[in-house]
Amino acid sequence: MIEARNLSFAYPDGTDALRSVSFCIRQGESVGIIGCNGAGKSTLLLHLNGYLTPTCGEMRVADIPITRQTVAMARRAVGLVFQDSDDQLFMATVSEDVAFGPINLGLTDDEIERRVKAALDRVGVAHLCDRPPHKLSGGEKRSVAIATVLAMEPDILVMDEPSSNLDPRARRRLIELLRSFEHTRIIATHDLEMVVEVCSRVIVLNGGTVAADGPTREILNDEMLMLAHGLERPHILRHFHPH
Amino acid sequence: MKFGHYIEVGKMDELGRMDSPMHRLDSRVKTLTTIAFIVTVMSFSRYEVAALTPFFIYPLSLMAIGRIPPGYIVRKLLIASPFALAVGIVNPLLDQRVMGSLGAHGISGGWLSFASIVIRFSLTVSAALTLVACTGIHRLCAGLEKMGLPRVFVVQLCLLYRYLFVIVDEGLRMRRGVEIRTMGRRNLGFSTYVSLIGHLLLRAMDRAQRVYQAMVSRGFAGHFHVIRPTVIRWKDVAFMVGWVLFFAVARVWDIPTAIGNFLVGGVV
Repeated sequence: MIEARNLSFAYPDGTDALRSVSFCIRQGESVGIIGCNGAGKSTLLLHLNGYLTPTCGEMRVADIPITRQTVAMARRAVGLVFQDSDDQLFMATVSEDVAFGPINLGLTDDEIERRVKAALDRVGVAHLCDRPPHKLSGGEKRSVAIATVLAMEPDILVMDEPSSNLDPRARRRLIELLRSFEHTRIIATHDLEMVVEVCSRVIVLNGGTVAADGPTREILNDEMLMLAHGLERPHILRHFHPH
Repeated sequence: MKFGHYIEVGKMDELGRMDSPMHRLDSRVKTLTTIAFIVTVMSFSRYEVAALTPFFIYPLSLMAIGRIPPGYIVRKLLIASPFALAVGIVNPLLDQRVMGSLGAHGISGGWLSFASIVIRFSLTVSAALTLVACTGIHRLCAGLEKMGLPRVFVVQLCLLYRYLFVIVDEGLRMRRGVEIRTMGRRNLGFSTYVSLIGHLLLRAMDRAQRVYQAMVSRGFAGHFHVIRPTVIRWKDVAFMVGWVLFFAVARVWDIPTAIGNFLVGGVV
C-alpha cells in the first residue's frame, strides 16, 4: 500500500509543484497519473521513493512514513522506471546494469545471477545481456530499464511515461507486459489509450492538486473534465476498438 | 558523427571487457606495477634519452598480451600531446649548451631535455592508458579501493569517468542541433559559443542529476560493489616481481649504451 497525506512540495526556486495531494493506492492496484505538462506528475513520482522530501505532509509506503531512516526500505519496495532510459542505464553491459540494484542490496552472487536472468527473461531481452546499453534500440533500452527495476523485486512499480518514443509494436509489447505484472503499478503518462488498457483507476493532477480520482473509464469518459485539464477523451472509449 | 568517432566513446569500456591473460591479472598488481613504472621513468635525469628507450617494452608488451590495438593508444597520445609539447617546446631556446652529438652535429641540452620530456610523456601516458584498457575502469577502481584508497576518491573517479560519457553525449546532441541550423557556417561568433558551452554544462549537470537519481533508486549508497572480487595468485606476483626487477635493472644500467659498447667492442 502506498499513501500520500496532504503532500505539498515547493522547489527551492519557490515553484509550488504539489499542493496538499492525498490518495491511497492498495496492493495490486494499477493506477494512471495523468495531467497536462507541468501538472506535477514527475514531482509526485520522485516523492514515491523518497528522492524528494515533501515540504509538508507525508508519503507512506506499507504504512510506514518515508523519512531519512526509512528511505532505504521505501526504495527497496518502490521500483522507479525513468522516462529517459538513457538516464537509467549507466553500466558497461546490460547484465551489469541489471545487477547494479541487487548488488547494492547485498545479495549473494548466486542470487544476483538468478535475479538478473529472471528479470531479463521476464521482459524478453535475455539475448542482450552482454551488449553495452548505449548501443541498443529505444525499445530494447526501455525493456532493459524495466528489467533493472524488476531485478530489485519491488512490490510497487512506478513508471514515468513508459510508452514514450516506442514504435507501435514495442508499445503493444509494453502494454501486454504491464498488464501481466502483479505488482502495484503507478504509471504517469500522456498515453491515455494505454491508461485505458492497463489501469483500473486514474488520478488527474492539475496545477499540483488532485483534480479527480476514480475508475478509469468513468473519468476518461467525462469529456468536460478531460478538456478542463488539458486532456481529451481517448479514442478507444469513443470507438470501442483499439487503434 | 565524425566527432564521436574521433573521441571513440565507449571504446575504452569495450577494450576493458575483453578477455586476455593481461585482463585476467589482478587489477591491484597491474596498478602497482604501472605506478612503479611511472616513478622509475620520472626518476631519470632531465637530459636522459637513450636509457629511457628500453622502458617502451612495458607498455608494448601489455598491449601485445592484452590485445589492445596500438593505433588506439597512439591516437589518444596524440590528443594529449599538445600538453607535453607545450611544456617542452621552449627548452631548445633557453638551453643552447652543446651536450651531445649525433654524427657531426652537436645537440644542445635544450633539445635533449625536450626529447626526454616527449619520451617520458609517451611512456607514462601510454602505460596508464594501456592499464585502463586492459583492466576496465570498474575493476581498476575496485582494486584501488582494496588497496586502501579512500572510498570517496574511488567513487569520484568512477563518477568522473561516467560523467565523461554524459557530457560527450549531450555535446553530440547539441552539435547536431547547431549543425541543422548553421547551414555549414563554421564561425558562429564568440557569444554563440559562450552560450553553447554554458548550456552544455547545464544540460550535462541535469542529466548527471537524473542518472544519480536512477542510481539512488536502485540502492546506491556511495559505494560501487564488485560481483566477483579477484584474489592475487602466483601469476600476479610473478608479473609484478618480474617487471619491477626489469625496471630496476634498466634504471641502474644504461642498457642501450651497454649493448652499443658490447657490439662496438665486439667489432674492434
